[in-house]
Amino acid sequence: MTDILQIENIRKTFPGVIALDDVSFSVARGEIHTLLGENGAGKSTLMNVLTGLYHPDRGQIRMAGEKIHFTSPRDSLACGIGMVHQHFMLVPAHSVFENILLALDNVPNFYSRKTYKEKIQKLIDEFNLDLDLNTPVWKLSIGAQQWIELIKLLMRDCQLLILDEPTAVLTPQETERLFNVLRKLKKQEKSIIFISHKMREVMEISDRVTILKKGRSLATLARGDFDESKLASLMIGKDKVPQWQKALQMSDEIVLDIQGLSVRNERGLSDLDDFNLELKKGEILGIAGVAGNGQKALAEVLTGLKNASHGRIMAGQKDITKSNARYSYIAGIAHIPEDRKAIGIAPDMSIDENLIMKSFKSGSFRSWIFQNKKAIRRNAEEKIEQFAIKTGPDGTPVRYLSGGNIQKVIIARELSEQPAVLVALYPTRGLDIGSAGYVHKVIADGADRGMSTILIAEDLDELLKLSDRIAVMFRGKLIGYVNPRKTTREEIGLMMSGETPGDAA
Amino acid sequence: MFEILLDATVRAGTPILFATLGAIINERAGIINLGIEGLMLIGALAGFSGTYWSGSLLVGVLAAFCASFIAGSIHALITVQLRGNQIVSGLAMTMFGVGITALFGKGMVGLTIDGFKRVAIPGLSQLPIIGKAFFNQDMLIYFSFVLVFLIWFFFYHTLWGLGVRSVGENPAAADTCGFSVSRYRFFAVTIGSGFVGIGGAYLSLASTPMWIENMSAGRGWIAVALVIFAGWSSPRAMLGAYLFGGITAMQLRFQAMGTTISAHILQMLPYFFTILVLVISTQRLQKGASQQPEGLGLPYDREDRK
Repeated sequence: MTDILQIENIRKTFPGVIALDDVSFSVARGEIHTLLGENGAGKSTLMNVLTGLYHPDRGQIRMAGEKIHFTSPRDSLACGIGMVHQHFMLVPAHSVFENILLALDNVPNFYSRKTYKEKIQKLIDEFNLDLDLNTPVWKLSIGAQQWIELIKLLMRDCQLLILDEPTAVLTPQETERLFNVLRKLKKQEKSIIFISHKMREVMEISDRVTILKKGRSLATLARGDFDESKLASLMIGKDKVPQWQKALQMSDEIVLDIQGLSVRNERGLSDLDDFNLELKKGEILGIAGVAGNGQKALAEVLTGLKNASHGRIMAGQKDITKSNARYSYIAGIAHIPEDRKAIGIAPDMSIDENLIMKSFKSGSFRSWIFQNKKAIRRNAEEKIEQFAIKTGPDGTPVRYLSGGNIQKVIIARELSEQPAVLVALYPTRGLDIGSAGYVHKVIADGADRGMSTILIAEDLDELLKLSDRIAVMFRGKLIGYVNPRKTTREEIGLMMSGETPGDAA
Repeated sequence: MFEILLDATVRAGTPILFATLGAIINERAGIINLGIEGLMLIGALAGFSGTYWSGSLLVGVLAAFCASFIAGSIHALITVQLRGNQIVSGLAMTMFGVGITALFGKGMVGLTIDGFKRVAIPGLSQLPIIGKAFFNQDMLIYFSFVLVFLIWFFFYHTLWGLGVRSVGENPAAADTCGFSVSRYRFFAVTIGSGFVGIGGAYLSLASTPMWIENMSAGRGWIAVALVIFAGWSSPRAMLGAYLFGGITAMQLRFQAMGTTISAHILQMLPYFFTILVLVISTQRLQKGASQQPEGLGLPYDREDRK
C-alpha cells in the first residue's frame, strides 16, 4: 500500500498552551486509520492543521510524497483532503442544497439549480439517504446534518476523508450505516482518518490506530496488534482502566413526578407531548432515545429554561410547574447542559470566575459588595486539584481549555452545592475514556449520597452501565422503562424507534 | 389626492431605499455598518459636485458610488482585515462623513444644477392610481426598482450571493468550503457602501438639486433600523422605505394644509413611526426563527478557538 499522507514532526502552540508537540504518522491509500487520544491530546488541532485552518509552527505534511504547504482550507481541499468537523460546518439557515452547493468546486456564478440538484440527488440515492434538498438545515436531526457534511466531501471527490468523532451523535443503527458507507468508500481506494472514543467502534472499523498523548504521537499499531485494553492503557498511560459496576440502589420516595407534560418549541411544534416520568430518590434514571426526540426540552423544562404548555411537575406534594416555588426549587437542580461552550460556561471569563457562578451570591466569595479574590482563587485551586482540571496560567479564559476540561469545570461548579437533583445532558459527549470514567464516577458517588440523576445520553453502553432504570423516549413521549440488568441493546433500539415493549415481543 | 400622496411617498422613500439596500448587503456578509449616515452625505456631496463639474447626472451618480465605495473600504479594512470593532468603526465613519462633507461642501452651498427629470414609461404610467407614482418618475427611481430585484436575484440565484450569505451566517463553514471570507466581506461592505452613496446622491440630484450641509438629516439611521424591519430582504426593504416615505409625505401634506400642529412635531412623525414599527416587527422576529445573519457583528479569525 502506498502512503497518501505523511505527517512529520508537526508542532503547534496557542497562547499559553502547547496543543501539538511532535506528531508524526502516515495514512495509506484505502485505509481506515483511527486517531485515539484523551481530550486535549491534540486530535482536533492536528486535524485543523491538516485542513489548513491552522498553520503549524514546525514540521511538514506530504501528500502522495510531495511536500505541501497549506495557507487556507482552499489549498487543503484542492489536495483532496476533506473533513467532517465535530462542530458541523453548516449554515443552519440555508437549505441542504445550498449547503452542499457551497462546498462544490467550479460552480458557475449563474448556476443551474436543476442540474446541480439532480447531481446531488444522485449521490444521495446512491447511499440510500433520506434527505430533502429543500429543507433548511436547522430543521434536521444532528444525524442527518452529518450526512450532509459527508455528501459535501463525496461530491468533491475527496481522496482523504477526516471524520472527527462522527458517531458521537448517532444511534447504534445509524453508526452501522455510517460504517457501511465507510467500508464502501474504502473499497473505492479512499483513505479515512477516523476519530472516536468508543472502543467497540475503534476495534470494529480500524485498519491501523495511532495513539496521541499530550500532543505527541505515541505509537501506531496495525490490526491484530491491538486490543481494547492495550489501546486504553496506552492512551491513559495507566495499566488499569477503571472497571466497575454500579450497585443498584433505589428508594421508593419519588422526588420528581412529571405528569402529562407538553412543551412547545419556538416553531410551535411539540418537543414534549403528554410526557410522564417518575424520578426516585438516589437513583440514576437513564434516558435513551435518538437525539432530537425531546431530551433537550425535558432538560430545559426541568432546569427552568423553558415553560410547559400543559401538564404538571410535582416535587413531593408540591406542584412546581408554574408557581414561584419553582425558581427556588430550580436553584437546587444541577444542570450539565448539552452545549458546553454556549450555555455551560462564560467562555471569555477565567476558570476562577466560572467556578463560582452558581454560588457567587453566597457570603463565602465576597466581602460586603466586593469580590473576595483570595477565597475565589482558593476555591479554584481546590476544584482544579480535586477534578484534575488541566488549565493554562491563572486567568486563562475557559474557552482555551479542551472539551473535557471545560466539562470538568462545569461539573465541579454544578456539584459544589450538593444538589438534590442533577440533570445531565450528554455529559460525556466528546470526552475520552479517562474523563468519561471520571464523570461516571462523580455521578455514581452523587447517587450514593442520595442525589437523584436524570442522565440523558446517547451511548447505550454508558446508560446500561450507570443507570438504575432506563426510560426510553420517542417523539416527546415516554415509551417505557426497562431494567438495565435485564434488557438488551436490541430491545432498547426497538423502543427508540417507537415500538412499545408489548409490540417488541 | 391619493395619487399625489403616493407619488410623494415614492420620492421620499427612494433615498432610504438605496441606503437600506446597501446596508443589507453589508449585513448579509456579517458586517454591521453604522456609517450609513456618513456614507449618504459623502454620496450626496460627491454626486452633486460630479454633476456640477461635468454637467452630467450619470457622472454624478458614478462619482457618488465611487466616493462611498472608497469611504466604505476604510470601514471594510478596519472591520474585515484588521478585525476591529464594527460598532466603533461605523460610528467613526458617520462622524467622518458629516465632518468631511461640511468641510469640502462649503464651496458648493448655494449652487444649483439641473436635477433628474421625470420620464414617463409609456403604457405603465397610465395605470390607475399606481401608474403615476411608480412609472412617471426619474431614472434613479427606476434604477432602485431594478436594484431591489437584482439584489434578491444575486442572493438567491448566484454562487457569489450564496457566498456572501454564507460568510455572514457561518464564516467558518464558508471558509472550510474554500470561500475567502475576507474577500467576500470586503466587497460586500464596499459595494454596499456604494449603493448607500447613490441614496445620498438622490437627495442632492433629484429631491432637491443642490447641496445642503447635513442634508441626509438622519435618514441613514432610519436605514440602519429598516434593515431589521426588512428582515435582511430587499423586497421588504422597499416596503419599509416607502412606509417612512409615506409618513414623510403625509406630514408635508399636513404642513402645506396649514395645520396648527407644530412643524417640529410633524417632522418627527416619520422617525417616530419607523421606530414604532421596528419595535413591533422585532418583537415578532424574536418569536419566529430569526432571520438575522448568525455571524453578524462577529469578526472572523480562522485560528481563534471558539
